[in-house]
Amino acid sequence: MVKKVIQKIRKAAISDPDFEVSTRQLPPRGPETKPMTPVDKDWIAIVAFTIIILAMPWWLQPLGAAYPDLMQKFAIYGIFALGFNLLFGLTGYLSFGHAAFLGVGSYAAVWSFKLFTMNIIPAVLFAMLVAGVLAVVIGFISLRRSGIYFSILTLALAQMCYNLAYSVLTPITNGETGLRVLRDDPRYLDAAFGTEHQGVLLGSLFGERMVGYPGFYLCAALLIIAFYIALRIMRSPYGMMLRAIKSNQNRMIYTGFNPRPYMLTIFIISGMYAGLAGALLAITDPLAGAERMQWTASGEVVLMTILGGAGTISGPILGAAIIKYFENIFSALNDSALASAFSFLPHSVQEFVVTILSPFVGEGWHLTLGLLFMVIVIFLPGGIMEGIRRTYRFLRGHGRGSKSQTDLQAAE
Amino acid sequence: MSTNDRTSLSRRSLLKASAAGASVLAAPHFFIKGAYAAEYCNMPTGDTVTLGFNVPQTGPYADEGLDELKAFQLAVKHLNGEGDGGALNTFKPSNLKGNGILGKKVAYVSGDTQTKSDAARASAKRMIEKDGALMISGGSSSGVAVAVQSLCQETGVIFMAGLTHSNDTTGKDKRRYGFRHFFNAYMSGQALGPILAQEYGKDRKAYHLTADYTWGWTQEESIKDATEKLGWETVQTVRTPLGAGDFSQYLTPVLNSGADVLILNHYGSDMVNSLRQAVQFGMREKQVNGKDFQIVVPLYSELMAMGAGEAVKGILGTANWNWQLDNDGTKAFAKSFGQEYGQPPSQAAQTCYAQTILYANACETAGEFTPPAVIKALEGFEFEGLGNGKTLYRAEDHQCFKPVLVVKGKENPSNQFDILEVVEVVPTEQVTYDPSIFGGELGPYEVQGC
Repeated sequence: MVKKVIQKIRKAAISDPDFEVSTRQLPPRGPETKPMTPVDKDWIAIVAFTIIILAMPWWLQPLGAAYPDLMQKFAIYGIFALGFNLLFGLTGYLSFGHAAFLGVGSYAAVWSFKLFTMNIIPAVLFAMLVAGVLAVVIGFISLRRSGIYFSILTLALAQMCYNLAYSVLTPITNGETGLRVLRDDPRYLDAAFGTEHQGVLLGSLFGERMVGYPGFYLCAALLIIAFYIALRIMRSPYGMMLRAIKSNQNRMIYTGFNPRPYMLTIFIISGMYAGLAGALLAITDPLAGAERMQWTASGEVVLMTILGGAGTISGPILGAAIIKYFENIFSALNDSALASAFSFLPHSVQEFVVTILSPFVGEGWHLTLGLLFMVIVIFLPGGIMEGIRRTYRFLRGHGRGSKSQTDLQAAE
Repeated sequence: MSTNDRTSLSRRSLLKASAAGASVLAAPHFFIKGAYAAEYCNMPTGDTVTLGFNVPQTGPYADEGLDELKAFQLAVKHLNGEGDGGALNTFKPSNLKGNGILGKKVAYVSGDTQTKSDAARASAKRMIEKDGALMISGGSSSGVAVAVQSLCQETGVIFMAGLTHSNDTTGKDKRRYGFRHFFNAYMSGQALGPILAQEYGKDRKAYHLTADYTWGWTQEESIKDATEKLGWETVQTVRTPLGAGDFSQYLTPVLNSGADVLILNHYGSDMVNSLRQAVQFGMREKQVNGKDFQIVVPLYSELMAMGAGEAVKGILGTANWNWQLDNDGTKAFAKSFGQEYGQPPSQAAQTCYAQTILYANACETAGEFTPPAVIKALEGFEFEGLGNGKTLYRAEDHQCFKPVLVVKGKENPSNQFDILEVVEVVPTEQVTYDPSIFGGELGPYEVQGC
């Protein structure tokens, strides 16, 4: 019975353009090639994704973003947005309090460093566990409602967590100053195994300190695993159920399903993704501050997802990268940097260009981001991924047959 | 989506992909090894040396941050021998030659701390990892200063703190690679206490509103200690979130508490808002316990006083420096800053300017850029001519000791920049303390580096 229903939903999904991402069939590629199945495409997507992520130190070079800290941020916020998208993209439930899980994950990881060991494995597991438990609580309460009420409930609960972390729970969180790893923390496991820490205390994986490039590759590896799991969830019958919740919850209830357990499960999974991202933030930089839980941080992940393309698998990661890029690179451009960038122009023109552009860089990076966001939402409601898809279709319409497989994968 | 489909990905392509993946994974280590083999972080190799100026450009301390950035730019100009040289002409003992630092032209990069520890560290990391900054300076919040300072210790880059007033910066969170020119909350308490007793009497009841982070906590503690020693009573201390905007909910209970002095441990736009609202509430006209109700701002800033307007008149506080001080260093710096930007510098600007000059001079003194040598040149360094009179960089905690100003909002300002008057210059001896009272340890000279 269940199988039948799932098949039905799947059939409906295939004929529904909304589901295009998951089950879109490739057009026939000439008589001699076998049509590719979605699973083939998934594997190619994963391999392509792996290569793109691991090759970031090279292809980001011309963009000025190929330094470990920013690439770590790309990967970490990619995981965060990926998890958020599992909830929002699949079920349409817009959580406005996801930063709470990120922050709690960070705090849990730092506490693991303080109490247990500087090894990162317990930190990651502990952070995901704590974030998961918090997700059970918040999810149980807020999933009673849907739509805007759900958003408001999650926002309210997350702000509550933020204020608790900021003031009431100061003994646990160290308030605004932020929780740091100190030399005189107990670290019972390290003490039991007699591990001594030389120099600065940093998260380590069997002796390798997780900062700089090793830190980036750790985050990248976890991002790839997270990507794979997200893809499997989206393709699974369970993912289909979640899509069913998005398209018509009533119909699903009439067929005899209770959507609540499905919802709660994906909410917890999504929360654990955020917890993992929070743990990685604390691992690459052993400090946890309350500002990570603020509503602006929750809003940021919504922006990332919508900017990249909600419901697509790689869109949120792209969105996360763009926002972090703006925050770190655009905010650092100053007038003198602009002047040197346009030094090829005649002096008066150069001055004019710099005057025009300077409000949009440096402290004005929010403005540029806002404009970009508006343009995307107005002209490409499906996010940047929709833009890429449209470009691809346009190009295919003009140069039929000249397209290679990798282009398609980039669009996916 | 059956399992049969999944195997249809050919083995060959999977092998190819994994080989590609593996080589990609291995290659960065191969290329980067050389770059990371340098003994110290970001030693300059070309003919320029890059400094990183990390200031708040958004958030509650943005005004200070932008003023700091101006001072940094001016300092870079002067170090490179451009402009009129400013306080470089009055600074002594000086090894600066006006041709950059050790013959290398000074370049700089800037970033936005957003007054958040996370963002500040991300920005500092960018400067260190990408831009190759040799030294990080700036910041207008102690929370940020403490966070960035410990990052700099980890990576082996010297941090010349900007405006940070918490005792922790050179107290329990002090670091070998961190230096502070600005004064601290303890000094404010020591300087301000006697003046408060003299002006307002010895049997006062104080009510504290405190910004809820490291600076607010230590300032509240220092002022409380100093005033209680004089016989004051502390009625209550209330913590307010940073950047709260509206303080009316915190101000309402003050008048019913029986307190007759309100102490605002706020800074930046928080200070502007809470002070203005307190004045709007009519607190300054009130009589409590038969005495005039008073408001005290332990840490003053000119930019903040400009923002608060009329509200600051007659209000006491302390400052690190004021552009109207009568000494050569101050005059030279204020003149040069005024010519460049058309307004007098704030104390935030002065401390950042001084820090940049001091760092450059320490490199010249050491004759090299390696951090341990520069640190040793700064430790115990005695100088004058940067505007604060005779100053000592104490080796034990990297804190500068110099006279502290007790200031008051002017009743009849002659122009929009003439807001504060100096009530007293408290001599260095009165604000000096034993470095061991705050605990903490500086840590090693040699660190693994970035």
